[in-house]
Amino acid sequence: MTRLDADTGAMPSGSLKAFAELLDRLVLTPSRNGKLRLIATYLADTPDPDRGIALAILAGELSLKAVKANLFRTLAEEHIDPILFRLSYDYVGDLAETVSLVWPQKADNAGSLGLADCVARLEALTRAEAPAVVADLLDRLNPAGRWALIKLATGGLRIGISARLTKQALALYGGKDVAEIEELWHGLKIPYGDLFAWLEGGEKPKNTIIAGFSPVMLSHPLDAALLSNLDLRDYQAEWKWDGIRVQAVGQQGVARLYSRSGEDISGAFPDVVEAIDFDAVIDGELLARVPKTGRTGTFSDLQQRLNRKTVSSTLLAKYPVMVRAYDLLRLDGEDLRERPLSERRERLDTFIANLDSDRFDISPALEIPDAAALSALRANPPEPPIEGVMLKRRDAPYVAGRPKGQWWKWKRDPFNVDAVLMYAQRGHGKRSGIYSDFTFGVWQDGETGLQLVPVGKAYFGFTDAELAELDRFVRNNTVERYGPVRSVRAEPQHGLVLEIAFEGLNRSKRHRSGVAMRFPRISRIRWDKKPIEADRIGALEILLD
Amino acid sequence: MRASELLTVTDSGLYCPPGGFYIDPDRPVDRALVTHGHADHARSGHAHVMATQQTLDIMKIRYGAGFAGAEQAASYGNDLNVGGVHVKFVPAGHILGAAQIVLEFEGVRIVVSGDYKRAPDPTCEPFEPVPCDIFITEATFGLPVFSHPPVVEEIGKLTTSVTDFPERTHVIGAYSLGKAQRLIALLRDNGHDAPIFVHGALERLNAYYVSQGIELGDIRLVANSSAEEMRGAVVIAPPSALGDRWMRRFDDPLPGFASGWMQIRARRRQRGVELPLTLSDHIDWPDLTATISEIGPGEVWVTHGREEATVRWCELNGIKAQPLSLLGFEDEAE
Repeated sequence: MTRLDADTGAMPSGSLKAFAELLDRLVLTPSRNGKLRLIATYLADTPDPDRGIALAILAGELSLKAVKANLFRTLAEEHIDPILFRLSYDYVGDLAETVSLVWPQKADNAGSLGLADCVARLEALTRAEAPAVVADLLDRLNPAGRWALIKLATGGLRIGISARLTKQALALYGGKDVAEIEELWHGLKIPYGDLFAWLEGGEKPKNTIIAGFSPVMLSHPLDAALLSNLDLRDYQAEWKWDGIRVQAVGQQGVARLYSRSGEDISGAFPDVVEAIDFDAVIDGELLARVPKTGRTGTFSDLQQRLNRKTVSSTLLAKYPVMVRAYDLLRLDGEDLRERPLSERRERLDTFIANLDSDRFDISPALEIPDAAALSALRANPPEPPIEGVMLKRRDAPYVAGRPKGQWWKWKRDPFNVDAVLMYAQRGHGKRSGIYSDFTFGVWQDGETGLQLVPVGKAYFGFTDAELAELDRFVRNNTVERYGPVRSVRAEPQHGLVLEIAFEGLNRSKRHRSGVAMRFPRISRIRWDKKPIEADRIGALEILLD
Repeated sequence: MRASELLTVTDSGLYCPPGGFYIDPDRPVDRALVTHGHADHARSGHAHVMATQQTLDIMKIRYGAGFAGAEQAASYGNDLNVGGVHVKFVPAGHILGAAQIVLEFEGVRIVVSGDYKRAPDPTCEPFEPVPCDIFITEATFGLPVFSHPPVVEEIGKLTTSVTDFPERTHVIGAYSLGKAQRLIALLRDNGHDAPIFVHGALERLNAYYVSQGIELGDIRLVANSSAEEMRGAVVIAPPSALGDRWMRRFDDPLPGFASGWMQIRARRRQRGVELPLTLSDHIDWPDLTATISEIGPGEVWVTHGREEATVRWCELNGIKAQPLSLLGFEDEAE
């Protein structure tokens, strides 16, 4: 990104401009590998401390709310007629972008402003000096840089990549295992000088954090054929809970809750964190609890609590959560990860018995005399938040990552629904030029009789040959085009029925149908069915409770 | 004579009553003066066409030999007389052969700019400002948000991406006439010597540009090349080809689009491209306002695009201005 010759581009590598261009390219690059490489290349080309600031922004560790968006409008209108500004804003539709584009270009020094320098000035900003400082920063940038500055200063930067992806880019850049980076992460400080030094061949930073994260152990998928090769006596069986994997950590009075990729999610779950009054590391599943009954709720209930930075007391009372523990990694300063599961499990049993049972209980071990019993349990789970069964080797130590032959997951069969293809969108990369993202709907009673309402989107599950047939159907049955999207004929007697397999259903206010599918994919193309034979919304609604 | 009597807006486009001719009419007429070869300006079926030799050649390539009853070539800067009106063709800097048309009659001078730009373009003569009473300007990008970045920066984005993703074929959508050849020429100026592969729709126009002395370097047809040969190369195609089955011949293509609209983020997402290049053959806002100031016309008439903002700017700067309601269309592929 920074390889223009000095006489042509003049882009100092640590500039806000270079960072803005990275953001622009990340947004438009659909493939995960492409994003990883863009970030890794940027980190390689950018000096300290600018790359460290960039990393903090990408990983969501640094966000500013230094300035209100309206200040930028006021500043812009000092340079431009309000009517011209309004016409511009009407066309562009985004205030930050409009200001970034109409701001008068000072050609001589555009692009020279460093990212770290810029963030430092924004962090130190007082209200009185804000207009002058911000105007000066805008003067020293190009449009892409101004856009990034405004989004950054107002806390409105949406990058659309996960913290985990950022850590994977670091792993790629330094040739390290991502687990090592996750373990260190919370002990590191912006701008991560010691981290970069290690990634470039220097010494590994010491992990000094209290109540840090331990990278988690993951399982491999199991099926009936693989199962027949296992001696079940060597394994402990458990339910596979349908919540989110968490790690509850207490150490020297510090309590934290982490996601499976090591993100600190303590802020969203104060009810659980409050109950971490021990010195231990528990691996388990975060589940919703139905108030007063002690029963666990559905994933849909749990969703009310996800993706929040903070949480209101109303929400805490209405949707309480708990941790169902299945492993113990550390207890009173003793690292148990090298011990076999059977021993860790015994210690966990005793330990959990002394905790607040509203917040912590144990994932029970299941009796499985033979493979048939396991299949039966998997097919008929007793409670809603179960999505299958787990097998774990009794003699296995706790190993970060996905070691072979230790832990197995066997998910319940997916749900199926017959839906009607409504829209198709062109894919990217190897699929560019092919309609490969499909939006489908089911029937619902509307004001004018039966209407299709979209319930999901799927872009895999089919073979290359089936994709070619789907693509042909879309091209031959297009009704309207909107950019890369086409709507297709979807009438009671003419259209395409798709059998959709999915893992579960959540309530959703964002979807017109009121439901959102988890992991939908196309399991079969029903060329033999007419759209009117597809399912009604009722077939999905009964799955919600 | 009043200017509105020298040039009026009709259903067929701009008409000059004293000279008895139209400029860029959008339906067949008896006598047409054509500014340049893009399809919304140059149509087939007129009885008489006057244009630069290059515009006439381009029309012949696109429409076939019988594109007009009779044709007359106008050289840049030559003084001509059409039905008693003094006419002159002056370079517009838009594409090869593009001209502004200067009309003069009974002491009134009108400049019809057609489409024009001031940004560097190795494939055509640069725009020449002509002092006049009435300046008729396009306003495709007539909003303060359109300040097109330096050309060298945009070309740099493409060459950097080729370096960063050497296994992906960079397929760039570019308008077949003008934009495609300019993009190739700019790449060559920037030191990109590798073969450039092109869609069949560009073949004849490329050959014509080369015959006019414009160096395009090693150009090969996509149809004659394997996916292997094109890996890591730049491919140039008409924008519509990017959504077409045609794209399937490439291994993991990286789609791009060279257009003035790519400056706006929503437009990039809408196009679904990974590499937007802001490269326009139309005038952007800073150049538009600077050109009006430089020419200093008594009055500005604004055609296709965002007339409202351009007229507003003229009013703020004490220049009389009005929108001309010409039937044009949004130039999406620009």
